[in-house]
Amino acid sequence: MQTTSDEALIGRIAAGDKLAMQVLFARHHVRVYRFVLRLVGDPSRAEDLISEVFLDVWRQADRFEARSQVSTWLLAIARYKALSALRRRPDEELDEETAQAIEDPGDDPEVAMQKKDTSEVLRECLTKLSAEHREIVDLVYYHEKSVEEVAKIVGVPENTVKTRMFYARKRLGELLKAAGVERGWP
Amino acid sequence: MTMIKNKMSEREEIEALLPWHAAGTLSRRDAQKVEQALASDTDLATQYSLIRDELVETIGLNESLGAPSARAMQKLMADIEADASTARRTPSSFNLGEWLSEKLSSFSPRTLAWSASAAALAIVLQAGLLAGMFVNERQGGATFDTASVQSNQTVKPGTEALISFAPQASVAEITKLLQTYKMAIVEGPTGEMYTVRFAMTGMPKEELGRVLKQLQDEKTVRFVYPKSGD
Repeated sequence: MQTTSDEALIGRIAAGDKLAMQVLFARHHVRVYRFVLRLVGDPSRAEDLISEVFLDVWRQADRFEARSQVSTWLLAIARYKALSALRRRPDEELDEETAQAIEDPGDDPEVAMQKKDTSEVLRECLTKLSAEHREIVDLVYYHEKSVEEVAKIVGVPENTVKTRMFYARKRLGELLKAAGVERGWP
Repeated sequence: MTMIKNKMSEREEIEALLPWHAAGTLSRRDAQKVEQALASDTDLATQYSLIRDELVETIGLNESLGAPSARAMQKLMADIEADASTARRTPSSFNLGEWLSEKLSSFSPRTLAWSASAAALAIVLQAGLLAGMFVNERQGGATFDTASVQSNQTVKPGTEALISFAPQASVAEITKLLQTYKMAIVEGPTGEMYTVRFAMTGMPKEELGRVLKQLQDEKTVRFVYPKSGD
């Protein structure tokens, strides 16, 4: 149902209907924003980027061939924009890598367990995944994208999507273990 | 040996699909395969339980990221106005009923469960009643029951804005907001947006900007944007 109505919106946008553009924006901008924010880590920059994403939709609506869901198309554009923006500022990429390498001072298992429950620790560990792993976890769990759709957004084969998700989960398990949460896997 | 190997790879394949099964994005065929495996393999079932926890926390984490400010939409609309491709296009007509029907059918169960969308849906219905009340009572020309504008005064087509109300806003709060700002809902909802018309006709752009900024600060308002052309 969502696909059909979004496609109808794209048709109207291609014909120059600005209100349809506003409706499409209202429907998807929060999820696109969160996806971009998780990639670039800067709310103000994420806001600028989502405006650019939807401007691309305005410009390219007549070329949308409905081979994927509109939301998948949006996320693919958003990903391209976010990665391009990161490439323009290599310093921040470095910062992110550095941040990932730094051990959390609160990682002492006993202290962590005293202070937080497992779900809080799990949420913290999710933020510590690499950008690649974070992206796939978000696409699968939060954006509800199928294997095929994730492959289209990320631009990798479907088997790679499954493997990457497996390793993202494995890494998550390792981070949890380091934080004192033993899940029995990996 | 080959049979054991095949069996292993089939199990691994099913294990790899568990995250998508938890998210509900597998085909019916794959979902059935996973369900059958889960019923007979306790290790797989344990794994699935961990995945469900991961899914819950991933959604919680993303939901905690907040939403962009109104600036994103304002920038987009300004960019669209300035874009060379805009002038080449002819706007198509708009069917309000179709939009409403599409919007209501677009809510997925999980979206409803995981965000304030349930409240938003409620307010869409409530505000829909409001919109009907305002428009139907004033067919042939909108009027306002406010201190500064007489109830029999016909409002000519004037300054309009697009507004989205906060999910938690009550009907009483929305009614009060409309009265305070001397505006009426004249169209909507389209998506979550309503078109409101101000009692003041020919409002200068600076004044409109000031009023919209003030409206944006109201807790009842989620977003407000100038309508194209205003």
